[in-house]
Amino acid sequence: MKDKGKKEQSAQQRSDKTPVIVIEHLVKRYGPLTALDDVSIEVGRGEIVGLLGPNGAGKSTAMNILTGYLSASGGRVLVDGVDVLLSPIEAKRKIGYLPEQPPVYPDMTVDEYLAFVYQLKGCTLPREQHLDDVCKAVRITEVRSRLIRNLSKGYRQRVGMAQALIGDPPLLIFDEPTVGLDPKQIIEVRNLLRTLGRRHTVILSTHILSEVQAVCERIVVIDRGRVVANERTEDLGRAVSEHAAYRYRILGPEREVVSELRARHGVARAELLPEREGDAVTVLVECERGVDVRRAVFSLCASKGWPILGLSPVGADLEDIFLRLVSQEK
Amino acid sequence: MLAIYKRELSAYFSTPIGYVFCAIFLALSGAVFSYTTLFSMTADVTSYFTVMLLLLVILVPLLTMKLFSEERKQRTEQLLLTAPVSLYAMVGGKFLAAYTLFAGCTLLSFLSFFILYLSAHVKTAVLFGNLVAILLLGMTFIAIGIFVSALTENQLAAAIGTVAILLVLVLVSFLNSVISVYWIRFVLSSISVFARFQNFTQGVFDIAALFYYLSVSAVFLFLTVRVFEKRRWG
Repeated sequence: MKDKGKKEQSAQQRSDKTPVIVIEHLVKRYGPLTALDDVSIEVGRGEIVGLLGPNGAGKSTAMNILTGYLSASGGRVLVDGVDVLLSPIEAKRKIGYLPEQPPVYPDMTVDEYLAFVYQLKGCTLPREQHLDDVCKAVRITEVRSRLIRNLSKGYRQRVGMAQALIGDPPLLIFDEPTVGLDPKQIIEVRNLLRTLGRRHTVILSTHILSEVQAVCERIVVIDRGRVVANERTEDLGRAVSEHAAYRYRILGPEREVVSELRARHGVARAELLPEREGDAVTVLVECERGVDVRRAVFSLCASKGWPILGLSPVGADLEDIFLRLVSQEK
Repeated sequence: MLAIYKRELSAYFSTPIGYVFCAIFLALSGAVFSYTTLFSMTADVTSYFTVMLLLLVILVPLLTMKLFSEERKQRTEQLLLTAPVSLYAMVGGKFLAAYTLFAGCTLLSFLSFFILYLSAHVKTAVLFGNLVAILLLGMTFIAIGIFVSALTENQLAAAIGTVAILLVLVLVSFLNSVISVYWIRFVLSSISVFARFQNFTQGVFDIAALFYYLSVSAVFLFLTVRVFEKRRWG
């Protein structure tokens, strides 16, 4: 029941077609070094997008330009229709940003800090109510009167998130929000991100693959300043591996199994793997693009009387995809 | 701007630095006052102000050293620079916070002159001329200190750098009295921040000097804004 409500709500938001972020041909150079090279991304309302890439790929640079902290060397960034370069103050009003290191003042209490941010952002929402809501959302109500200096890393991170939420901006940008947290806190933060994704557009940068898989609807992979993939999470695997691949364990004569498999229509490659199970051989079978060979392999084995002891898809998890994408580029 | 001003002012007193500044400032001012007037049996306040102006060289960096360097070190500047606030408001807020504390202490230290009024004839015009001079010079020094603080993320480097620049400005004024070549003296006296307040110390309100201090302060605050602009484009 609850899930149904969620889906309806997010479907409603997605029907609003205007993109919240338009990044066009963004270039950033640091002297001779090109940190971002012709990056173009669009993010729709209510989407949760994961920005993924190895360390130093340009994720933080992209986020810093988006938030107006850095300027671009070329290209254009629109946030909710407002150009970040031409009217930075208006654009910044629409963004809640949590940098990699939460920008909290250790000498203030949580309450003082949030009141400061509230005033800094020129927020007009009813103050007490809004701050209460924000604290409840990130669950820091019990530490509001404590000095930030004395809070744990997890709480500081959440205070940083509270800061981003103040003013209820339509776009939230989080730079590696779960770094340095313990597993329980990571799960909490991910749940929080999903909750926030219902009312806000969320951009999340990370180099942890399982994180985007768990939270994001769409993944943008950046490597050495370029976008190498921009897909819905579930489509990414298909897009990357042009050839679906399976690992078969077949009980049959080694050479014959391989040569017969190679002869099948739709099989791009069949290779013997070193693993064995008794007399059974393990074969890696790669399909040609758009062809599913599993039926053909089944009927082959059935006609030859070779039992199939095992079958598992290969390269379907993000780690594999990611490594393939990044190495393809090279 | 108001938010930054208020935060900065309260930060002075949530860390020891505000108390330390006030304590040192008032203690030194009290001691200098006693020595230059009470113990010397004179109502002439000029030497009090000369010494106080020199002491500003080490007092002002206490106020300004952490204003931007600490933000950069703690990465809190990212909050300010991504908030819907202009750079001018950010720099202005911090400048006003430092200046409020400085002006507050200066005015507080002026209470000691009531003692003089009780027992001697004080030239009120000279007294107030000096007050204006010290307030203007403090303003310029704070602007310079803020600029240096924006250049580094090390508080100590900011403090030492500020002291060094202010010392050079003082030495320039002394050189001025040693060198006899006219055009060098002319150049030196143009950049000497001390030469300007001579009229004030005589009790004359010098509009040209007022604009001089205001514009030097504005230039350094503007340069501070440029430091952030440059880093953004870097």
